Amino acid sequence: MTLPPMVAPLATSDEREPTVKIRPPKKWVPVDLHELWAYRELITSFTLRDIKLRYKQTGLGIAWAVLQPLLTMLIFTIFFGGLAKIPSDGVPYPLFVLAALLPWTLFASGLTRSTTSMVTDANIMTKVYFPRMIIPLANIISPLVDFAVSFVILIIMMVYYGFAPTLNIVFLPLFILLALGTSLGVGLWLSALNVKYRDFQYTVPFLIQIWMFASPVVYASSLVPASLRIWYGLNPMTGVIEGFRWALLGSGAPSAMVLVSVGMVIVLLVSGMFYFKRMEQYYADIV
Amino acid sequence: MSNNIAIQVRDLGKRYTTGGSPEKYHTFRDAIVNSVKAPFRRLNRQGADRSADKFWALKDVSFDVHQGEVVGIIGRNGAGKSTLLKILSRITTPTEGGVDIYGRIGSLLEVGTGFHPELTGRENIFLNGSILGMKKSEIEEKFDEIIKFSEIDKFIDTPVKRYSSGMYVRLAFAVAAHLNPEILIVDEVLAVGDTGFQKKCLGKMGEISKQGKTVLFVSHNMAAVSALCSKAMVLNHGSIIYPMGDTDEAIKYYIDSISQKSLTDLTERKDRQGEGKIRITGFLILDKDGNRQVVLVSGQWVEFQIQYECISEKKFNHVRSDISISLTSGRFITLLSNTFSSELFDQIAKKGHFSCIIKKLPLSTGEYFFNLQIRQNELIQDWILEAVRISVVSGDFFGTGKLPPSSHSGALFEQQWKYLE
Repeated sequence: MTLPPMVAPLATSDEREPTVKIRPPKKWVPVDLHELWAYRELITSFTLRDIKLRYKQTGLGIAWAVLQPLLTMLIFTIFFGGLAKIPSDGVPYPLFVLAALLPWTLFASGLTRSTTSMVTDANIMTKVYFPRMIIPLANIISPLVDFAVSFVILIIMMVYYGFAPTLNIVFLPLFILLALGTSLGVGLWLSALNVKYRDFQYTVPFLIQIWMFASPVVYASSLVPASLRIWYGLNPMTGVIEGFRWALLGSGAPSAMVLVSVGMVIVLLVSGMFYFKRMEQYYADIV
Repeated sequence: MSNNIAIQVRDLGKRYTTGGSPEKYHTFRDAIVNSVKAPFRRLNRQGADRSADKFWALKDVSFDVHQGEVVGIIGRNGAGKSTLLKILSRITTPTEGGVDIYGRIGSLLEVGTGFHPELTGRENIFLNGSILGMKKSEIEEKFDEIIKFSEIDKFIDTPVKRYSSGMYVRLAFAVAAHLNPEILIVDEVLAVGDTGFQKKCLGKMGEISKQGKTVLFVSHNMAAVSALCSKAMVLNHGSIIYPMGDTDEAIKYYIDSISQKSLTDLTERKDRQGEGKIRITGFLILDKDGNRQVVLVSGQWVEFQIQYECISEKKFNHVRSDISISLTSGRFITLLSNTFSSELFDQIAKKGHFSCIIKKLPLSTGEYFFNLQIRQNELIQDWILEAVRISVVSGDFFGTGKLPPSSHSGALFEQQWKYLE
């Protein structure tokens, strides 16, 4: 039997630019933000899926979003505010701790969910292509719904204690963004590492616990000696929480510490994106 | 010629490391321990060849697909078809070489990717659609059509975990069928659902290919490849053994290349009935020259051999041997038996085979089950339902090169037509 001739082995340069070029992996590839933007509808779809699924077949439904921070606030108020008598910069302790718990929960649940996300959704990602970063991203965005619900509780609490928000509240979105940025930066690192080393999904609960006590959730950052304050800012959640208390409750304005936090988030995000992108090329072979 | 290229594949290779099986999870500790051990290992295994742990799932693969072509990729399991598909659909990266794709690409390696049991049919249509790359407006526009195609309109707001598996597959395929890329990559998604729905899917595929879309189709189903594809190529052990060319030639080449393994061993089958004094041990298909075959061609000369073994030394009389042929949907088409054509077999040896020759195979393109039975004195000795599954590919039964469409799988009749006033 005669075989048809083989095709010319060399890729001839064409006048047209290919829509997609598939090449062997490179070590460091930048994130294609253009592509990510083109896939924005998919980010929405995955975020909606997470939100819809979260409270399916639960008796209390969305009430869990209210109960979780409320109960945590109650426990912290009893032990840290009541028994340990931790100073709260003149703000009633429940309000003081709730203003911190809101961004903290947003960060922590986003981080927890995104870390395992690349493994949980492996069945989808080994069947169809889209920028993989969408998965951890959607997992970080979806806790915003819980955040919005518990924010209403915070408003009610503020009214109850007679706290009118200051004009600084206009800066609040910036601090929410900073919390999401921290979550994404760390989430990209951990979700990528977790694809190869499943150990990370077990370390995250500890990490979050330790991290919480390293952040001014149950205490004020004024407790930290002034000389260490700048270093303290290396924990971006410090800037976030201080910012929240400043914008909502009018406690001391955030210092240069916040700038250190912002810088840290940028470092985490950029490095996280590069590391994630590196893993992404091998993802289907190792997951 | 180069300006209507849709997919250009050059020197594509993919190497996997077999050292760690996919089930073995890497732990962080392993990585640390390994990095500490690494320098010592180099000392120990100086010059040791580590290439044994690596294998090429794909090597030196080059081909072109032009716009509007429907191309089939044929090959056995492990031939590298899935790896090629995964690279083309950007799920994994190649180790060497490259691919240039011109046009919006959509891939269907599975139906219902991302379907979530807790979500309703409606919610899953939107989720699955956007995972496959459809815009929300596009899905909304085709929504009614999708529901109509899937035939599940009443249950559209029911969580899909309450669906029967048939409904689930229908909905999943309905979404996929309305995907509208310029280039479509399809893995054997047609191998799902009941026969009726499979036919509908094949029809839809044919329709898509007629719209001038470029389609890359990977399948075991030779009949489907033959019906749909204008060109085909054959992969084996990661390399192209038959380059992109004529579909029927490629199928023939593929069939020839696997014909050595065509004896169906039936000794291990447990799902059999009968007294068991005579047992069916194997089934063999031979062509006119005595070559073994796995796939049949409509109109060919063929010999079926049922191999048997008697449990006792006794020489049995009045032995009847039957082959009943059914569609994969379960409907029987015909029965071949030595009661029709000759006398029953007498004084049979302990081991041997019953042979049945068909001079011109009157089966149309499709998939069939052969059910085998041996009786002695009308008492069933051995009976294996669906003993072998056999594909019949299109051949020149009528001498005109024409055959009924695949929707009419079954028997072919020699026929003469004339017109009278």
